[in-house]
Amino acid sequence: MQHYYFDHNATTPLAPESLDAMTLCLGQVYGNASSIHYFGQLAKQRLEAARRQVAALIGCDAKELAFTSGGTESDNFAILGVVRATAGPRHLITSAIEHPAVLGPCAQLEREGVEVTRVRTGASGIVDPADIRRTLRRETVLISVMHANNELGTIQPVAEIAGIAREAGVPFHVDGVQALGKIPVNVRELGVDLYSVSAHKLYAPKGVGALYVRKGVKLSGVTFGGRHERGRRPGTENVPAIAGFGAAAELAARALPDSCLRDRLENAVLERIPGTHVNGNRAQRTPNTSNIQFDGVDGEAMVIALDLRGFAVSTGSACSSGAVTPSHVLTAIGLSADSARSSIRFSLGASNTEEQVDELVSAIEASVTHLRRISVHA
Amino acid sequence: MTETLPIAVAMSGGVDSSTVAALLVRQGHRVVGMTMQLWNQRRLPGLSTEGAAGRCCSLDDVYDARRVAEQLGVPYYVVNFERQFEDQVVKPFVAEYLAGRTPVPCTLCNNYIKFDRFLEMADAAGARQIATGHYARIRHNVQSGRYELLRGVDHAKDQTYFLFGLTQSQLARTLFPLGHLTKPEVRELASSMDLSVAVKADSQEICFVPNGDYAAFLNAYLEETGVDPARTEGEIVSEDGRVLGRHEGVHRFTVGQRKGIGIAAAEPLYVIATDPQTQRVVVGSNQDLLRDRCFVKEINWISIAAPDGPIRAQVKIRNKHVPAAATLQTVGDAARVEVTFDEPQRAVTPGQGAVFYDGDVVLGGGWIE
Repeated sequence: MQHYYFDHNATTPLAPESLDAMTLCLGQVYGNASSIHYFGQLAKQRLEAARRQVAALIGCDAKELAFTSGGTESDNFAILGVVRATAGPRHLITSAIEHPAVLGPCAQLEREGVEVTRVRTGASGIVDPADIRRTLRRETVLISVMHANNELGTIQPVAEIAGIAREAGVPFHVDGVQALGKIPVNVRELGVDLYSVSAHKLYAPKGVGALYVRKGVKLSGVTFGGRHERGRRPGTENVPAIAGFGAAAELAARALPDSCLRDRLENAVLERIPGTHVNGNRAQRTPNTSNIQFDGVDGEAMVIALDLRGFAVSTGSACSSGAVTPSHVLTAIGLSADSARSSIRFSLGASNTEEQVDELVSAIEASVTHLRRISVHA
Repeated sequence: MTETLPIAVAMSGGVDSSTVAALLVRQGHRVVGMTMQLWNQRRLPGLSTEGAAGRCCSLDDVYDARRVAEQLGVPYYVVNFERQFEDQVVKPFVAEYLAGRTPVPCTLCNNYIKFDRFLEMADAAGARQIATGHYARIRHNVQSGRYELLRGVDHAKDQTYFLFGLTQSQLARTLFPLGHLTKPEVRELASSMDLSVAVKADSQEICFVPNGDYAAFLNAYLEETGVDPARTEGEIVSEDGRVLGRHEGVHRFTVGQRKGIGIAAAEPLYVIATDPQTQRVVVGSNQDLLRDRCFVKEINWISIAAPDGPIRAQVKIRNKHVPAAATLQTVGDAARVEVTFDEPQRAVTPGQGAVFYDGDVVLGGGWIE
């Protein structure tokens, strides 16, 4: 059976250019980028070339970019690093629809005595900057809001929030994991202070990411050891993976995806299948993501049924699959637990074609009809 | 049945269900493996699950099931029924104990989860049939048109006591490939097919209760859900109403129990009855435990239609009970019968199942009142 992939927000396949860059490094560039000698210098060259490539993609100076093990580490580093660099009574603002990689460190800080405000979004799945302004306090030390939501694709008004943060003199972190490679990202134009990215959402390998830290932002260390990454992030750099990241960043800088295939899928589903609704604001979204609610259908059963027909989709963020609680993002935008369990996320990518989309629509139609007939309720 | 449709196998990660999956693959069937995630073992941190034998739904079990599915080359999914399991098995289990009865959660799980919710999931995956590792047999009787349920040939492992709630439509879609095998044969098959779980220990009966300590589970669950676990303490009395002492909770006692009463007496004392209204535990001698009849409600007739007149059967009143000869007489509608035993039976316990047999054939069963 042919298997088609419609889960690019979970992860992406490796771009051939990324694979080439990696195999070259894995096979030949084995030096430690911190070493003085020839071998170390070769590795250092690869490392810095990749840093320039990623920096070019997000519009920052290469010196402001530290490589990490991925989006989760970048988010933890930014949030824990900024808050722990301050003292006294502290308050931070985030949103209710953040990824667990942001909500997790915020909850940890809360246990350590930091006050946390989680701004809600309403049905649109988009944070209102006025809510951020309203919740600002004298002791607010950080604002952290994602650029694009992983489940809905909704794009947050980060430039406006950045303006509010700058005015208040509060550092602003953005989890950009789901935005990079899908929409234009320029951290200078956005005016943000910290920006997290992950390579594997961008046709690069898993296990590598980066954190942009604007020059002048105070950040305390989270892990301790050597003087790598300008003393920010100790540990020998994973040069092959970082080189793969660089190659993929260069590809993404050349062309961003359009929404043709996603719209083709979404329009066909809404037109052909009754009882379907798109979750979240449809206008302000990443071009590849569609989150659709199918009335009276259990999302978990639907994912299995579609997988057995050869189509990989997901019920929400990959992390909440298998957990008993419905998606915190869908419940945060006002869906009931049952509606949240009836929702499916489709995230398209470079490998998808019109033919695949049309076949997927037929498979969805058949599955929904079948599931509604046998009444597997959410 | 249709060869081209897949069969959904309920894979727990144990040797029985793994062998089922392997046997069906060997017979040329298309198989979809599914593990039901029913209970979060880390949910009640006060309960020690360390070293607990055969607890279900652990990450280890999912790992084992996934590995077997990989070995067999079949699609595999973990399906989450924690919400339904808590509502339809755990909550009634707790409520029954607090009501002074001794529940059988495995039967509820079979009725509402394994042969209901799981059948639906199988349907979703395009499977008309499901297969489980139960030791029981299903036979289609052409004359009566009914699906009959029979004890597994390995009587020591027979699980029909927990399957009395299965309806005709459930039985029609179910396969028990191990019903004609003994446990040693299953282990031998598993190792001959090189299944990684061939030597894994058997699971315990109540999967979500670590080490079989149901009183500790009840306390931890009640505490988590905000119910004061001490509220069922009360008196221990004799059959003629004399107060002999006090106890810490009516749910700690079950009819026929000897341990844990804590009262010295000339002859051994047993729990005769528990009364949640007065929170009294009535104790007496072994002789006092004997009953020659009982009423059974909510009967599901399986291999026969509801009988018109009295019938003879062997009746099993708990899982390890040797079926006792009795006469069944329906009372009012056919869903309730009076069971009259030929010989008085010890510890007929309200809340337990009563299953009616004709030899190996399960006629039906219900709940002891």
